[in-house]
Amino acid sequence: MTKKMHDTPMLDQLESGPWPSFVTGLKRLAKDKDMMVDLLGQLEYSYKTRLGYWKGGTASVIGYGGGVIPRFSEVADRFPESKEFHTLRIMPPPGMHYNTDILRKFCDIWEKHGSGLIALHGQSGDIMFQGCTTEKVQEAFDEINELGFDMGGAGPSVRTSMSCVGHARCEHSCYDEGRAHRSVLNNFTDDLHRPALPYKFKFKYSGCANDCMNSIQRSDMAIIGTWRDDIQVKQDEVKKFVKAKGRKYVIDNVVTRCPTQCLSLNDDDTLAIDNRNCVKCMHCINVMTKALSPGKDRGATILVGGKRTLKIGDLMGTVIVPFMKLESDEDFEKLVELGRNIIDFWAENGLEHERCGEMIERIGLANFLEGIGLDIDPAMLANPRTNPFIRMDDWDDEAAKWKARKTG
Amino acid sequence: MTQPRMPIESGVPDHFQYMHPVMRKNYGQWDWHERPRPGVLHHVAKSGDSVWTVRAGTQRQMDVYTIRKLCDIADQYAEGHVRFTIRSNIEFMVSDEKKVAPLIEALEKNGFPIGGTGNSVSMISHTQGWLHCDIPASDASGAVKSLMDELHHEFTHEEMPNRVRITTSCCQINCGGQGDIAINIQHTKPPKINHDLVANVCERPSVVARCPVAAIRPAMVNGKPSLEVDEKKCICCGACFPPCPPMQINDPEHSKFAIWVGGKNSNARSKPTFHKLVAAGIPNNPPRWPEVGAVVKKILRVYKEDARDWERIGEWVERIGWPRFFELTELPFTKYHVDSWRGARHSLNASAHIRF
Repeated sequence: MTKKMHDTPMLDQLESGPWPSFVTGLKRLAKDKDMMVDLLGQLEYSYKTRLGYWKGGTASVIGYGGGVIPRFSEVADRFPESKEFHTLRIMPPPGMHYNTDILRKFCDIWEKHGSGLIALHGQSGDIMFQGCTTEKVQEAFDEINELGFDMGGAGPSVRTSMSCVGHARCEHSCYDEGRAHRSVLNNFTDDLHRPALPYKFKFKYSGCANDCMNSIQRSDMAIIGTWRDDIQVKQDEVKKFVKAKGRKYVIDNVVTRCPTQCLSLNDDDTLAIDNRNCVKCMHCINVMTKALSPGKDRGATILVGGKRTLKIGDLMGTVIVPFMKLESDEDFEKLVELGRNIIDFWAENGLEHERCGEMIERIGLANFLEGIGLDIDPAMLANPRTNPFIRMDDWDDEAAKWKARKTG
Repeated sequence: MTQPRMPIESGVPDHFQYMHPVMRKNYGQWDWHERPRPGVLHHVAKSGDSVWTVRAGTQRQMDVYTIRKLCDIADQYAEGHVRFTIRSNIEFMVSDEKKVAPLIEALEKNGFPIGGTGNSVSMISHTQGWLHCDIPASDASGAVKSLMDELHHEFTHEEMPNRVRITTSCCQINCGGQGDIAINIQHTKPPKINHDLVANVCERPSVVARCPVAAIRPAMVNGKPSLEVDEKKCICCGACFPPCPPMQINDPEHSKFAIWVGGKNSNARSKPTFHKLVAAGIPNNPPRWPEVGAVVKKILRVYKEDARDWERIGEWVERIGWPRFFELTELPFTKYHVDSWRGARHSLNASAHIRF
């Protein structure tokens, strides 16, 4: 290090306390890198003035239109060494599994070309290699790319995806999340690397309704594991659980917490389940992990249109496919095709900067379903309409369609 | 002139090459799990194989020395395989129960807290803040470090009625996401516009289109094409600032913290819910944000005392009612808690159901 450290009295206060300190890490990097000396200086300046000083711009790698988040300092006159502090977004493997060998290789590359600061992971799931000059972006990416890792999404494109640990370690997993994740995303690499959509589009994969990836609220297309048949029950384990925890605990925390009242504790301490009314919420299975498991006829529920506030307010994804098998090659092809149809329709009909859910809000679910060629289903609604402001000229035709589907 | 290197468009990498061998062998064939202690999971496969997971908190923004330290621990005390959770906790998987205790000891000795499982307060998922974002009104890493220092006990112990997932975001776009408790900046003043720069920097029609309340219109100011904001309409959301930096929304004094509760992404028991506003006007006070910590700790304390087993914060409030929530937390209830956005009537009480 040639550059003297700036005084950082405010940041210094974040080095005490029991939680690991990012400031201590930044300071360690600053011992060898002038870029980090000035980065700490700028961060302290932000703490002092309570304002941010990064602006966007342009930085990218050859062949791709997105994936680098450019950051240029607005206070480069004070902190010249960190005047460029770009981030490379790199897609993680499904379930975010690593071995130490690959992590060490990442560290070596980033120490050589960048700041040495890596966030695991960003809110969209990317490995974020933070802090790189414009000049070094390409070299750093080339080396990461040679290891088998690819650039993540940024801008109006398909974005990096996330999937839960699922099949790798979780007995609740109802489909192979990793396979779904890779099948879909690796069919959209062009839309991911070359932003040309109305706005961002995120896929997220959760193996059950616990939705550990927060897919319903944060993704344009959420793939949530579920099942169609009966919950698997080991009654001897139910009895053991009742014996260990007591009847009151089981009644208060399992039976009465079922959202559709489909559980009942029998006199002999076995569990009766009205499976016809089970909504696969996962609660009883979460509590009694040994006694209860999802059914055998597994697949996924697909919800579309989740997003946060901008521009029309928060939206949750809503059901467009109540159940889809995800086992055979054809099943996974169908999932990819569904994603493709949705994105194509939205690319054609979405306004600039309009998320898929906002478009559905604008045109109505029925029109969206017609556009992507899906049949309407009562499972898509919380309840049918409550207002009469609608023309129903061809009610008879629509009713006939429903009857034909039911008998077909 | 050499040809430039074109990227290998390999997409999402194969996860099996990095996965712990026991997990690879029993992929999709797990049977049940238990939590022997906070921060430790024990999963059993149908084959009878077991894997123990030790979960530790990290600072998320990690220097290479920290990552190498974690790798050293993984090589020496675990089996060389790790994974990360959505909340930046790191998990070490081992196939032998005897390795758990020494692994925990090594992690704790190096300052990594063990926990974040079951009914604990897990690590706060957060955004970039002043470290890297182009529109932040606050810092994320610092606020999270301060809060996690104070919630350390709740991370390492499973004493809450159910899991608690906290998020922070340094603007109202809320990249941190929904949470049992969400800590987000709320701007309270319209943008300050530098009219000299707008024409050169901003694509004016797309800035106009960004505004959720149509408060922005093109205007000539000082003889230059610029934009003006109808300040009576403006809701201070900051949507115009990212595409148009001369419309500065951040304000050291007037951008305040707001706290929201009851977000839930799981479908367990109740359907997923969005978080709801409970407190605002909290000063943006680096480096430790004590006023934010005080409100969060108060809410957590009341929840811990009053909620029943398995109730998430939002479910607990549903049971006891909002009047009681404000009473117990001693937070002021104001006209700003009443939603005024589209669909707001759905949040009003259209019944005679009232607790006295």
